[in-house]
Amino acid sequence: MNQLLEASSISKHFGGVRALHEVSLTIRQGEIYGLIGPNGAGKTTFFNVLTGLCPASSGAFRFAGRPLDVNAPHTVAQAGIARTFQNIRLFTNMTALENVMVGCHLRTHAGIIGAVLRGTATRAEENAIQQRAVELLRYVGIADRANDLARNLPYGDQRRLEIARALATEPRLLALDEPAAGMNATETAALRILIEGLRADGLTVMLIEHDVKLVMGLCDRVAVLDYGEKIAEDVPENVQRNAKVIEAYLGA
Amino acid sequence: MNQTHKYRAGVAILILSLLLLPFALSAAGTAWVRITNLAILFVFLSLGLNIVVGFAGLLDLGYVAFYAVGAYVYALLASPHFGLHLPFWIILPIGAGLAALFGVLLGTPTLKLRGDYLAIVTLGFGEIVRIFMNNLSQPINITNGPRGITLIDPVRLGNISFGQSDQLLGLVVSGPMKYYYLLLLLLLLVIAVNLRLQNSRIGRAWEAIREDEMAARAIGINTTRIKLLAFAMGASFGGVAGGMFSAIQGFISPESFVLTESVMILSMVVLGGMGNIWGVVAGAVLLSFVPEMLRYTVIPLQMSLFNRIVIEPEVIRLLLFGLALVLMMRFRPAGLWPLRARQREFDRRVANR
Repeated sequence: MNQLLEASSISKHFGGVRALHEVSLTIRQGEIYGLIGPNGAGKTTFFNVLTGLCPASSGAFRFAGRPLDVNAPHTVAQAGIARTFQNIRLFTNMTALENVMVGCHLRTHAGIIGAVLRGTATRAEENAIQQRAVELLRYVGIADRANDLARNLPYGDQRRLEIARALATEPRLLALDEPAAGMNATETAALRILIEGLRADGLTVMLIEHDVKLVMGLCDRVAVLDYGEKIAEDVPENVQRNAKVIEAYLGA
Repeated sequence: MNQTHKYRAGVAILILSLLLLPFALSAAGTAWVRITNLAILFVFLSLGLNIVVGFAGLLDLGYVAFYAVGAYVYALLASPHFGLHLPFWIILPIGAGLAALFGVLLGTPTLKLRGDYLAIVTLGFGEIVRIFMNNLSQPINITNGPRGITLIDPVRLGNISFGQSDQLLGLVVSGPMKYYYLLLLLLLLVIAVNLRLQNSRIGRAWEAIREDEMAARAIGINTTRIKLLAFAMGASFGGVAGGMFSAIQGFISPESFVLTESVMILSMVVLGGMGNIWGVVAGAVLLSFVPEMLRYTVIPLQMSLFNRIVIEPEVIRLLLFGLALVLMMRFRPAGLWPLRARQREFDRRVANR
């Protein structure tokens, strides 16, 4: 199978704290890849390094066969990696529709002059952005909340909106940081259907998650981080039986 | 009458009254036309600052620097100081462009700063520009230092000079009245540009940065570029206002570009309602006119009551200004005419839900 993302020897130190140490992993095109580990294992740090929000101390990424520049978030997004946040980060005072429209920023072009003159091309682009945003809201199932403020959406819908906004950047890899956190069983089940739908539509998904049932049921492969090091990477059934993993979760 | 008709009638009445306003004002004295012109300049400045503060959420306390740049560009290119006398329609774009460049110059080192820290640096920038203007008279005399530049050319369009009165269809049209119409035209343009910017791809990106910068970066917005665009756009409006200020006054010196001016412009934006174009216009008009009205009412009032001036009008002005700000913070923290989003931000009942 084709490799989409290849991380080699990623390390990240905060002063003396070793948040990530020589983490290498590969994600294949079209799979759902889980990243799990106890609290503080470095999962979110890995996401932050990958998406350019904090620079790696050492190591390199390759994405879709090319070296990935992780020094600026917008180049990562440009390359085709989108993410959501553990603690939802929406533009809370904008409507759901506007949130997704902002997400279209990356793949559209109108500048100051276009905005001021508002010629045919700009107007066509604006229409396309709005249409695309509505489609994406429909795709994640919250089209009826399009004109509601993001802050007024119920929690589960906020998670969905964040995914819609990430999808608006037209990614090839979608990185979800604990998408099921705080969700009830019904919401989690619906989320699972959504993520499976994303894969069916050709997207590769990387998932940080604490809900073990969700991870084991959903992921094709799972990597386990503990104290910043990768201690296992395999199909879920094998990871569950891995002695190191059991030790990391239950303590020696 | 249905809604559209009412709307159209309203707009027609507004346009008509704006067109007739200078004639009504000159009946009360030409000074009032001048005051109105200055008020329009402050509307320009507030709208420019609103792009930076209201749209992109970057607190700028040195905005007057761009006003100064525009004013000095006009003064140097259209006065006997260097012997240059370029027409205003060439100078205004140069002034706007140079001010935009200064905006980028200010923006670049402050990209990573927010809130109070950004305010401190921008405040310093404003002072640096003023002090430069004050001292650039040696070794080469560029700005003529604190003495300022005099005999600046008025705006000239063909044979019409805006510096003197003309007869038109039996009506006397004074210089300030001509400026009024020119400024009104520019104002419509500035408002149109602002409305279009706000509701555009760039405008949404500004709003996103204001709401959550990290999320904005994560979805691929090049925040460096977008912030610099905000600084440059905001500054260019300041540059245009500065150029017109030079032409109208005929004299400028660094004294016109002090920190209190920046604070005043920021107050207009905040009082009117950050981010809301019409609110900002209202704020600027209000804060420009009320002090002048005080000046013309407080003295006669005190004279008739006490036969002497008990409290200086300037003191009363500051007193009322402070009172207004306190009352506003208590009752309308998001401004008199707030952006709906800002209002919700400040509305605790919604926030605590």
